[in-house]
Amino acid sequence: MTEPITPDTPAGGPGKPANDGSRRTFMKQAGGILGLALAPPFLSQAERLTALSRKVEGVSALSLKVNGTVRTIQAEPRVTLLDALREYLDLTGSKKGCDHGQCGACTVLVDGRRVNSCLTLAVMTQGKEITTIEGLAKGEELHPMQAAFLKHDGFQCGYCTPGQIMSGVACVQEGHAGSEAEVREWMSGNLCRCSAYPNITAAILEAAKSS
Amino acid sequence: METNQTKNAPTNVVGKPLDRVDGPAKVTGAARYSAEISVPGTVYGVLKTSTIAKGRITSIDTSRAAKEPGIITILTHENLPKPAKTPQQVEKWRAAQSYLPMQDAQVQYAGQPVALVVADTLERATQAAALINVTYQAEAPIDSFHDPKAELFDPQKIQQGKKDSHVVRGNPQQAFDGAAIRHEATYVHAINHHSPMEPAATLAVWEGADKLTVYESSQNVTMHQGALADLLGMPREQIRVVTKYIGGGFGCKGSFWPHTILTVLAAKAVNRPVKLALTRQQMFTGVGHREDQEQTLKMGTTADGKLVSLVHTKRATTSPWDNYTESNGKILDMLYACPNYSTTYELARANVMTSVWMRAPGEAPGSFALESSLDDVANQLGLDPLEIRLRNYADYDHSNGKPWSSKSLKQCYARGAELFGWDKRQAKPGQNRRGRLLVGHGMATASYPVHSSQGTARVRLFADGHAVVEAGATDLGTGTYTVMTQVSADALGLAPEKIRFELGDTRLPTAPGSGGSVAAGTVASSIMAAAEDVWDKVVKMAVADKKSPLYKAKPADVKVELGRMFLTKDPQKGETLVAALVRSGQPDIEGSGTGKYGAGYEEKNFGQNGADPNNDSKEKKTGGHSMHSFGAHFCEVEVDPDLGTVRITRWVGVHGAGTVLNLKTATSQMIGGAIYGIGAALMEETHRDASFARYTNADLAGYHIPVNADIPEIKVEFVPESDPYINYLGVKGIGELGMVGVAAAVGNAIFNATGRRLRHLPITPDKVLEALRQPA
Repeated sequence: MTEPITPDTPAGGPGKPANDGSRRTFMKQAGGILGLALAPPFLSQAERLTALSRKVEGVSALSLKVNGTVRTIQAEPRVTLLDALREYLDLTGSKKGCDHGQCGACTVLVDGRRVNSCLTLAVMTQGKEITTIEGLAKGEELHPMQAAFLKHDGFQCGYCTPGQIMSGVACVQEGHAGSEAEVREWMSGNLCRCSAYPNITAAILEAAKSS
Repeated sequence: METNQTKNAPTNVVGKPLDRVDGPAKVTGAARYSAEISVPGTVYGVLKTSTIAKGRITSIDTSRAAKEPGIITILTHENLPKPAKTPQQVEKWRAAQSYLPMQDAQVQYAGQPVALVVADTLERATQAAALINVTYQAEAPIDSFHDPKAELFDPQKIQQGKKDSHVVRGNPQQAFDGAAIRHEATYVHAINHHSPMEPAATLAVWEGADKLTVYESSQNVTMHQGALADLLGMPREQIRVVTKYIGGGFGCKGSFWPHTILTVLAAKAVNRPVKLALTRQQMFTGVGHREDQEQTLKMGTTADGKLVSLVHTKRATTSPWDNYTESNGKILDMLYACPNYSTTYELARANVMTSVWMRAPGEAPGSFALESSLDDVANQLGLDPLEIRLRNYADYDHSNGKPWSSKSLKQCYARGAELFGWDKRQAKPGQNRRGRLLVGHGMATASYPVHSSQGTARVRLFADGHAVVEAGATDLGTGTYTVMTQVSADALGLAPEKIRFELGDTRLPTAPGSGGSVAAGTVASSIMAAAEDVWDKVVKMAVADKKSPLYKAKPADVKVELGRMFLTKDPQKGETLVAALVRSGQPDIEGSGTGKYGAGYEEKNFGQNGADPNNDSKEKKTGGHSMHSFGAHFCEVEVDPDLGTVRITRWVGVHGAGTVLNLKTATSQMIGGAIYGIGAALMEETHRDASFARYTNADLAGYHIPVNADIPEIKVEFVPESDPYINYLGVKGIGELGMVGVAAAVGNAIFNATGRRLRHLPITPDKVLEALRQPA
């Protein structure tokens, strides 16, 4: 059975709290085989049944709201948000550095929170606001964080840069850009092998000041 | 007109801290790296790799995998179309590893490709690869030169036959035996992996039966094109390799590796474009590494700290087929004034892939040994580490007797010491505390050679005042796009916005790859040579044009600066290149030229024997200068005596590297070099299991590279330096320089903090604690 999950039928069911992106709601959403396989240690019997009742199998339509535009792709439920962006929507700004949540190059915002899109199944993010590096600038006008990275040379090869910038935007919004030490700590999930760290820190502090 | 008039020509934008011209594309996500090129009909390739390090494949069962939806083909050694030649059959193979997997059932290293799945989606290809059942007949592998089964041998030549495995100058053993101070120590360097953020990727597109385009994460498109031509038995021009953006390389993308040819063969087999990106785990067994190695250094000095002898040996692991090892000795040979020197390399074969150059290959680990030992001797003699370096200052290159083309090391020492506040350093180790933390200060010297290189470029100046400049170079993030735009702008007298610099395509004029710090100097020289060709042509047009202020002038009397032609004797009389071009009615004019970097440049412009007339040293041999950049690192650490953790709290690097093309990008590169070295010093180590010869920490959670919180403010400066001998603009490469000496500076600071000498990289907390348990 294939039942597309749509934003207006949250997996938690009517009257339940909004989907918060937690492991439990993910279980319910992805459901099916994955739900069964992972369910016993985490979920009650009742929840397992709920999980069983909703299945996404094989290729189905997924609607993702990326940078304000809803786009529908045909993809399997195991497709990560990162691969959905890069391979299905041709939004290659989000980078695959490790595919295991270890490097941060894939960082995007989901409902304003920074997440590793390689550790996020696309199916989980239906109905949420996904913001990628391609959605930051207003036309030709760079987002202040982008402009600050350019000015402070907060990159060399540029491959970690979209993740750094998205993470930087969230870092400021979270209120974690109050000092150099704080920025360094809260940006340490984003690796930069060219090691532009001092410049990244300077860029984020400047963008924080102007925001 | 004057040609090759370099040197002190006025500049407008060269040297300025221009923002990166490719920056907007990188900060908006518009820059497309090799795996991101969109080609209709592309399907996905995924490698299945061996779980054993030695043995043979007895069977590969692909039946379950083949039943998965979307599977297009599964290639193994049994059905992979054979290349025209294997690397072993190529007369002069241009890459580090001469072994190509999937040609037979043999397994020679863990993580070796054994199958390649092609499917319509990445998920399906990945799933199918997991379902392939490979059975092996495993043999006990050799994991490293430490393995009791391993046999050390004398390779005679190292680095594909380019370097001797023995170098002797003077009488080093005898000099050591008779030295007043004799210091002997062994230094250990862990396996390091380059770990660029972008995994290596190949997108192979057969445009026809004999026409191939490959989008490759390549530091050197010409090398990739040539290697593919060799293996496929195709003419080079039928193969196009494109790399517009590359997400770091640090050496690992400057050589040719199996995944590239396997992807190309797979694309041929399925008659569709195939894209294959290594996983992060496969990056540890797919693109080389810095080999595990041990160096023993005997250092003899006089009672006042002057070097009399350096006897160096290196033992390292290499692959079953190749004799690659970094040439650590060369920096020991040239860095100081030491009359006696020798180095010997010994290698042992193990079941690992061939190691390969990694940022500052040889210089980085070699300087760790040299600069640590020198620090020990300084401490023993009660000399300041700076003082012992000044006492051993080399006024010429003792390795070959040649004078330096330029050397600003004394200025680097002085400026670095000033910026750092070196005079406040507590000389006696273990005395400086900040709360419960031990504080230490250390320094070390950096140097990197100017290797010989050459390349070509094309300049096309349009009458509307813009120009397209082309060279088949790459931009690793090192700023090639930006600095070449600046060089072109000044060569033609245009604003940088009026220049479009194109790189990363074998259709463009052949340029060197990014490696060995040659790109900036070589490509800049090539552009200047091509610009001169344009100048020549336009000057000829002008002197024949009645409307030109230069009408009837002799071309030899005309000089060109910043895009303006004028009479050398009457600079008022002249006009811009563009003005003359506009009058000519030609829509554009094109020039090309070959630029040289290093010894070839000197020979061309100064002759074989054009050496410094002021150099009258007895040791001087004939012919030219020794060309190196130099610098000095200063480091402060805090060591936690209870936890053994080391934190870098301050860093100063001052370098003399000739003409700096862009202060902003150059500074970033030097900061990056220091941090790369800090990684090697304090945390980077890939563990190869002794029983199975497999890596146990092959990902970015297990292989620790520095993160933002590890890094303090880093001060970097360049001292002014002008060098007429090395290339047109006097540029010395800086890609490697910033990393050389870093590990030693860190180790020396730890010694100053604790009184304990750590000779085994990386200097992790367990080693620090163990050292602190021993008496100082």
